[in-house]
Amino acid sequence: MKTEEVKKFADKLRYEAYRMVYEGGDGHPGPAFSIADIIAVLYEDVMKIDPENPDWLDRDRLILSKGHACPILYAALSEKGYYGESVEHFNLRKLHTTFQGHPVMGKTPGIDMTSGSLGNGIPIGTGMALAAKLQNKDYRTYVITGDGELQEGVVWEGVMIAAHHQLDNLTVLVDHNGWQSGGSLKETGGVDEIDSKFASFGWKILHIDGHDHAAIKAALMESAGQKGSPTAIICDCVKGKGLSFMENNNDWHKKVPTKEQFEAARGLIEEEKHEL
Amino acid sequence: MVQESVSFKEIIGDALIDLAREDSRVLVFDADLVNASGLRKFAEKYPDRLIDCGIQEANMVGMAAAASEAGVIPFAHTFAAFAARKCVDQIFLAACYSKLDLKLIGSDPGVTAATNGGSHQGMEDMGILMGLNNITLLEPSDGILFRWMLREVKNTPGVFYIRTNRKEERKLYEGDTTFQLGKGNVLQDGRDVTIIASGIEVYEALDAAKLLEEKGISVRVVDMFCWRPVDKELVIRCAKETGAIVTAENHATSTGLGSAVANVVVNNCPVPMEFIGVTERFGEVGSIAFLQKKFNMDAQSIVKKVEIVIGRKGGRQA
Repeated sequence: MKTEEVKKFADKLRYEAYRMVYEGGDGHPGPAFSIADIIAVLYEDVMKIDPENPDWLDRDRLILSKGHACPILYAALSEKGYYGESVEHFNLRKLHTTFQGHPVMGKTPGIDMTSGSLGNGIPIGTGMALAAKLQNKDYRTYVITGDGELQEGVVWEGVMIAAHHQLDNLTVLVDHNGWQSGGSLKETGGVDEIDSKFASFGWKILHIDGHDHAAIKAALMESAGQKGSPTAIICDCVKGKGLSFMENNNDWHKKVPTKEQFEAARGLIEEEKHEL
Repeated sequence: MVQESVSFKEIIGDALIDLAREDSRVLVFDADLVNASGLRKFAEKYPDRLIDCGIQEANMVGMAAAASEAGVIPFAHTFAAFAARKCVDQIFLAACYSKLDLKLIGSDPGVTAATNGGSHQGMEDMGILMGLNNITLLEPSDGILFRWMLREVKNTPGVFYIRTNRKEERKLYEGDTTFQLGKGNVLQDGRDVTIIASGIEVYEALDAAKLLEEKGISVRVVDMFCWRPVDKELVIRCAKETGAIVTAENHATSTGLGSAVANVVVNNCPVPMEFIGVTERFGEVGSIAFLQKKFNMDAQSIVKKVEIVIGRKGGRQA
């Protein structure tokens, strides 16, 4: 486990995503911070990728079903070298930008699948994983889905058929932070007992702290060894994790920091410690 | 033209078996309709290459398009009534916008769903998809054309939707006929009016042309099997050369072939137009012929529209 590297990487991603939203004047920092540690472990320590060859056919795939969290993914791709030097100004959500408010494959190198219409990541991941099996390819397909978007019916169509085809090359990470745009999942309803829902369809279930890098790595390794069924890793996450004033504050679902709030972040996410 | 019947249900199974034999990338998805669609034959021949997703059309479309990212050529089938209504978001996101491949087939469009009644008579499938980008919309009138279409979309990267009758239909084309994507076929030439038709309405148009011929009206008949992109050049030529157009489709006139043709006509060469198709109503139980008559889509109804549109030529009102 690249413990120290992953820690630095996660901090850097948070800082870059925050800066991206601040400079772009638009975006979703809370959802991005929620999955920062998952993205950091995947890209720094697990996924088989080649930043110089983003379309490499045998690479692992990541589908960010909750596309609005993309600043953290853009930051990861930039840090991994998909754009040569790290991107100085992403121009997130600005005119003519490469970095739209939701990911677009073909437009932004390193983006493995277009998203932005919630609920589609699992069906799409199921198709990619099925195609890999049929073509005897050994890449893995990872899907990061929000917990709120599990309200979409098509999610469960995908969950059902992925289990039927025993897609053990498919790993779904559920960003279980308990919030959606309009409020808490408890208020909206319908997304209780996520573990048993997936389990009842025949999925392997792992339930971890979504900010514990070692636990994320261990779960991903366990899912890679799983035979005969897809794996759902339910990740207990804190929306806005990493900045005390953002954590569990749903106002930060979509919000641009003020200059003071942006400056405050430098120390809080330990950006300076790593001389970034 | 040869007058013998041919079953589209037979064709789809045979044609996809041929394509799968020739190209190992071909993968077929269905949504619990392998018996109804004629794909049972394919499933028996290539059990590992037919993915029956069960009753979940939206997921099927998302999966199929995504599978193309890994290099397969995905065909997917459901009834036309469900292909667009249930799957438009997946067609948009996973196929069109992502610039992936999808060859979606919707069977039993419009009144050809016959005794299945209103729920299954998709009058709006093409209209729902007409507003998307990066998609080609097709409807064969004949088995030879349908076979060509399946091969052509297999060989052409991109997103295609083919709505097709599943039942028997007369034969229209000879086996060696050549077609081109985006180009309509002039089936017979004429001077006074053009009937631009598609699918089962092509036969009504040809029958109407005969009846009109007896009345001394010379009719051009076009099989416009590609609705999007519609053959702009041919539409303009027909408008200029015949001075009036009647469109005939087994679909809602508000969003279908007629509106696509009207868009070209209005923008390039305004001439009087009339429209045959389904207008402001749901389907109902009946034979295809019964429903065509009831919904004013039969040859007699086309004759009436032609007489009206000719009356409007030169600024005259009917």
